[in-house]
Amino acid sequence: MAKMTMVQALNLALRQEMEKDDSVVVLGEDVGVDGGVFRVTDGLINQFGDQRVLDTPLAESGIVGMSIGMAAYGLKPVCEIQFSGFAYQNFHQIENHAARLRWRSQDRYHVPMVLRAPYGGGVRALEHHSESREAYWAHTPGLKMVIPSGPRNARGLLVSAIRDPDPVIFYEPKALYRAFREDVPEEEEIMAIGEPRCVRQGSDLTMISYGAMMRPTLEAAVELKEKDGVEAEVIDLLTISPLNEKILVESVKKTGRAVVIHEAPRSFGPGAEIVSRLMEKAFYYLEAPIERVTGYDIIIPLFSREKAYLPSVQRIIRSARKVLAA
Amino acid sequence: MKLKKEKLLELYATMQTIRQFESRIVDLYAKGEIPGLAHLYVGEEAVATGVCAALKDDDYITSTHRGHGHVIAKGAQLGPMMAELFGRRTGYCKGKGGSMHIADMNIGILGANGIAGGGLPIAVGAGWSAKWRGSDQVTAAFFGDGSSNNGTFHESLNLASLKKLPVIFVCENNLYGISVSQARHQPILDIASRAAGYNMPGVTVDGNDVLEVHQAAVKAVKRARVGEGPTLIECKTYRWRGHHGGDPNQGARYRTKDEIEVWIAKCPIHRLTAKLIKDKVATKNKLKTIDKEVLQKIDAAVEFAKVSEFPAADEIYEDVYV
Repeated sequence: MAKMTMVQALNLALRQEMEKDDSVVVLGEDVGVDGGVFRVTDGLINQFGDQRVLDTPLAESGIVGMSIGMAAYGLKPVCEIQFSGFAYQNFHQIENHAARLRWRSQDRYHVPMVLRAPYGGGVRALEHHSESREAYWAHTPGLKMVIPSGPRNARGLLVSAIRDPDPVIFYEPKALYRAFREDVPEEEEIMAIGEPRCVRQGSDLTMISYGAMMRPTLEAAVELKEKDGVEAEVIDLLTISPLNEKILVESVKKTGRAVVIHEAPRSFGPGAEIVSRLMEKAFYYLEAPIERVTGYDIIIPLFSREKAYLPSVQRIIRSARKVLAA
Repeated sequence: MKLKKEKLLELYATMQTIRQFESRIVDLYAKGEIPGLAHLYVGEEAVATGVCAALKDDDYITSTHRGHGHVIAKGAQLGPMMAELFGRRTGYCKGKGGSMHIADMNIGILGANGIAGGGLPIAVGAGWSAKWRGSDQVTAAFFGDGSSNNGTFHESLNLASLKKLPVIFVCENNLYGISVSQARHQPILDIASRAAGYNMPGVTVDGNDVLEVHQAAVKAVKRARVGEGPTLIECKTYRWRGHHGGDPNQGARYRTKDEIEVWIAKCPIHRLTAKLIKDKVATKNKLKTIDKEVLQKIDAAVEFAKVSEFPAADEIYEDVYV
């Protein structure tokens, strides 16, 4: 197995799916000649030509609308929105059309498209280039919302997203694009959408997170073990919507305590839904109020105060101790 | 159009200020003193300078992701600009916004804009407000060739023309929408030709000739002020550097060194310099003196930024709601 960054692993998924299936096309701003601003689509135009790898004008609504039309009529488009913050111009096409076509057409038309976009902070960039607004898409019926947390699951999930018969919003944690490498097999490896994973076993506390926040969450779990002797169970959601609460509920029934961590703004964020599900399904097992460690209800600030915005290991530990002490 | 000596030297000083400001950012970025994602205006100085010189202080502009030139030309102070790039609380957005979001309402800058095409409809709204208030204020909307393919371009030009609003649409055609050349992103050569579809005048000018840009802007402003409606001005120009500070090798993946050299030879500042000397408006020494004064201002701006504090942690909660 080769050691790959997330960028390389995503590139591998795209390349192999395009090799296997002629109907897979890639389109977006700078995805061709430039290979994408983060180089996720690097080399694809050389291998597959400019009829399957389209450099588009700077027109997000057009990119997504065109993908919907392609998807309705036999293609499997994977469009790239350069930064997730640029996706609001295509909100109309996603929300009004991609998400509804199956419903509206009495199940005759599916929209097997993927919208890939880098999201999240930690790279010292500005507003639209750093934010985490996955709740918009998770709130929309008809869409699937996937966020990987490492090279290997990024590859496996992207393959599933491309093959999925419904529109998948695929947010890539840009802070992790080149942050670390993992073994990624050259042969096909698929990870199913809708299956959160328990990545650390524990009996005292359940920590639930996803995307770039998995790293501080796991670090916090290690520190809690070392300093407090606490065994935290850590769950990586991987799919935000549809939210499969099964292993979350099972875990919380076991531990009785939970902390939810995300970098999206707090109010009406994914954490609110997760906590609700736990209240509905595991209320009688809870020993303490559930804590959320999140971004704040503000525009993500520039680099000098970005760290104050993003959940840190210390903030996560503080909340965990509060939950454990209750 | 004959310009007075003072005005010509002012144009020169503005262009020189933009050039030196941007060049300093390159140095500071290379030294790791400021983060990347600054989209530099080097090579395009004549556009912002020529247009803003036709505006009054209370006229409005909407800027772009490549906005430093626009806001300098509109009269923004270099200290708060530099401080914003350094992320300091004395910056135009209190150090919380950064390069692409500089705004100064005191001098009509409605904001740079990280989203391509985002400023166009905002300019139309400012134009409507001016008309409704009965003021004679004009709004100049800067945008690029890339944005001219965005839906907001169509919506904005249609609305502004329909309502005869005092707006000037200034297209900086620098031949690339990020990495995609104009020939690969639109089927036309002259973006000004699109004005016909909105029943407004459309002119194409040499965007590296500050006097030609200025003349077109003066005409458009005059039209706008007397209620005759908007104009589309296309300025053909070129960005010397990559799409942003971190774009490797000045965008070597999508354009040739030769092409960059050709455009560097058309430097808008050299052209104005040659003209000022030839017409005996200024001596070489006089221009050098201006260059030195600009350098001092840039040094002072960097110093101002460096000694300024970062925003306090609790300041990140401010300015979200009134």
